[in-house]
Amino acid sequence: MARNISMRQALNEALDQEMTRDPTVFVMGEDIVGGAGAGGEEDAWGGVLGVTKGLHAKHRGRLLDTPLSESAYIGAAVGAAACGMRPVAELMFLDFMGVCFDQIFNQAAKFKYMFGGKAQTPLVIRAMVGAGFRAAAQHSQMLTPLFTHIPGLKVVCPSNAYDAKGLLIQSIRDNDPVIFCEHKNLYGTEADVPAESYTIPFGEANIVREGKHATIITYGMMVNRSMEAAGTLAKAGIECEVVDLRTLSPIDWDTIIDSASKTGHVVCVDEAHPRCSIASDVSAMIVQECFKALKGPIQMVTAPHTPVPFSPVLEDLYIPSSAAIAAAVKKSMAH
Amino acid sequence: MTDTRIVPIVMPKWGLSMKEGKVTGWLMEDGTKINVGDAILEVETDKIAGSVEASDAGVLRRRVGSADTIYPVKALLGVIADQSVPETEIDAYIAAYVMPVAEEGGDDQGPKTEIAETPLGNLRYAKRGSGDDTVILIHGFGGDLDNWLFNIDALGEVATVYALDLPGHGQSTKQLDNPGLAAMTAALAGFMDSLGISGAHLVGHSMGGAIAMRMAAEQPSKVKSMTLICSAGLGPDIGSYVDDFVAAQGRKDLKPVLEQLFADKSLVSRQLVDDVLKYKRLDGVETLLTSLASALFGGRKQQDAPGSKLGPKKPPALVIWGKQDQIIPATHAANLPGAKVHVIDNAGHMVFMEKAGDVNALIKSHIAGQ
Repeated sequence: MARNISMRQALNEALDQEMTRDPTVFVMGEDIVGGAGAGGEEDAWGGVLGVTKGLHAKHRGRLLDTPLSESAYIGAAVGAAACGMRPVAELMFLDFMGVCFDQIFNQAAKFKYMFGGKAQTPLVIRAMVGAGFRAAAQHSQMLTPLFTHIPGLKVVCPSNAYDAKGLLIQSIRDNDPVIFCEHKNLYGTEADVPAESYTIPFGEANIVREGKHATIITYGMMVNRSMEAAGTLAKAGIECEVVDLRTLSPIDWDTIIDSASKTGHVVCVDEAHPRCSIASDVSAMIVQECFKALKGPIQMVTAPHTPVPFSPVLEDLYIPSSAAIAAAVKKSMAH
Repeated sequence: MTDTRIVPIVMPKWGLSMKEGKVTGWLMEDGTKINVGDAILEVETDKIAGSVEASDAGVLRRRVGSADTIYPVKALLGVIADQSVPETEIDAYIAAYVMPVAEEGGDDQGPKTEIAETPLGNLRYAKRGSGDDTVILIHGFGGDLDNWLFNIDALGEVATVYALDLPGHGQSTKQLDNPGLAAMTAALAGFMDSLGISGAHLVGHSMGGAIAMRMAAEQPSKVKSMTLICSAGLGPDIGSYVDDFVAAQGRKDLKPVLEQLFADKSLVSRQLVDDVLKYKRLDGVETLLTSLASALFGGRKQQDAPGSKLGPKKPPALVIWGKQDQIIPATHAANLPGAKVHVIDNAGHMVFMEKAGDVNALIKSHIAGQ
């Protein structure tokens, strides 16, 4: 039975259902049970954004509040995964990942390769990404490209509640380490979500809007901005196809190349910084694979190459706007 | 607005989520004489394209809706009236037309579905109408109650109509022991018992038709009549659809599979494919469909022939087929002795969607004739 629920609830439901289904699944992280300012364990705070709220009472002993030491508990999660458990570690902000890069890049991502396929690391690290939350430079970055660079990691970034639940369940059942990126500004957004468990396969982009004149390729919160831009452009007679990548590693090259070949005008939208971004990666692949189908230069709409500003006025300017996306489509089509 | 000589043609509501539709074209000129059930204009939604059919006879006096324009549900698209009504009254009617306020509940969720608790698990169903006759609509393999979106309201005008999601389908339970025709028939019996339905006119599509025949053979008192639409259980042949449907993993695989269902492939919209994909990805569905497919259609042969088990005293039967059915050949329509048979041209396996007006009229007269 599908209900209209928020992405926060959808993620909570995915964790709940997988913990019920599989006794090896457990959740660890900072403040995911009690947490600062809450009335102790029994009145679960449920993490800084309430995603794990209520799970402690239902799955007693399987939600572990950790010390404020990412390097320690991500290391513990990697070890648990290598030893047969399926940990879901909540890292709060993806920006904090720096202190546990060795555990992720050199250990989790390498075990399968270095042990000749005999070791597996079914680990999920959930973390918040993105700007627009007035959380300043150290809590607002879109660091997805750091992780897509590393072979052995899977990288997921849902744009809506339906995808969030199906992709998180898929991530938990997957036998490789998954970096699961949750955009802060999407937690409250609602969609029709089945009450039952379901999965969405990795490497399958979603065409959220069909169009014949231009292709917008994006992920995360930028899907909403791109849909706004496509709505505006449709009034001017420009029909945009909007591709939501959903998973960045693996990435659905087939859908990207098919759509780019069909329209010939491509805009890559990414909330990350412009250099070595998902946008630049996708652009390069399109040029390599279907250069002759292009009717104009590929446009990239990204955040600028600066830290995320704390000033609300500047932060709003920092995030790619639907107007900037629409302008980029027109620029590509002017050729 | 009580002038009964003037009848509005409005944007229909096809399915729970429909809020608006696009007029894609008119099939008639102003001044055309219209009979009940005639297709008047074509409408497209994000889910499906279909034609709007006349609910009353008269003359198409005015086309109000323009092609390639989107209108909300219940917006005035045209006017039917007798030739004797003066033009000025038609003008006045159009000028005074006010869109009716949403019905009971008033929300935009549309008519709600309910849950029946049965011995085999919870089954979702929709109910329309309040007529003395009871009709139950039974979908086919991989389908759900939304398949009947062009039929349920029309049949609700003359009967109390139920459409259910069978186990493993739609939003009903995804667990069923020994999936097969016996279990499905037991589920239908449980559904009828839980709602206190002692007997009903069964309308079954494809696998749903086989279920109706099996019910008629096992518990004849429950079956007042049967309408078998492109039904399974009337012969051995079956196309690759079932195997392809179970195997399809993504949108690209699934679209050509769903296109097998229709004579007009353009009816398969992106939204329709998405909805089916979302259903297929629910936990338990693939396992159940795989077992069900093997029990019913293993080795690409229909394994059950409930039609042949019906004695001479079987309930009155109406058999309807789409001539271009690619799943089960229309030649099977001749295999039920004593049944009324209608094979409809330019329609495929989903003939009750593609030719809804014709099929609805046939079912109505079949029920009334008993």
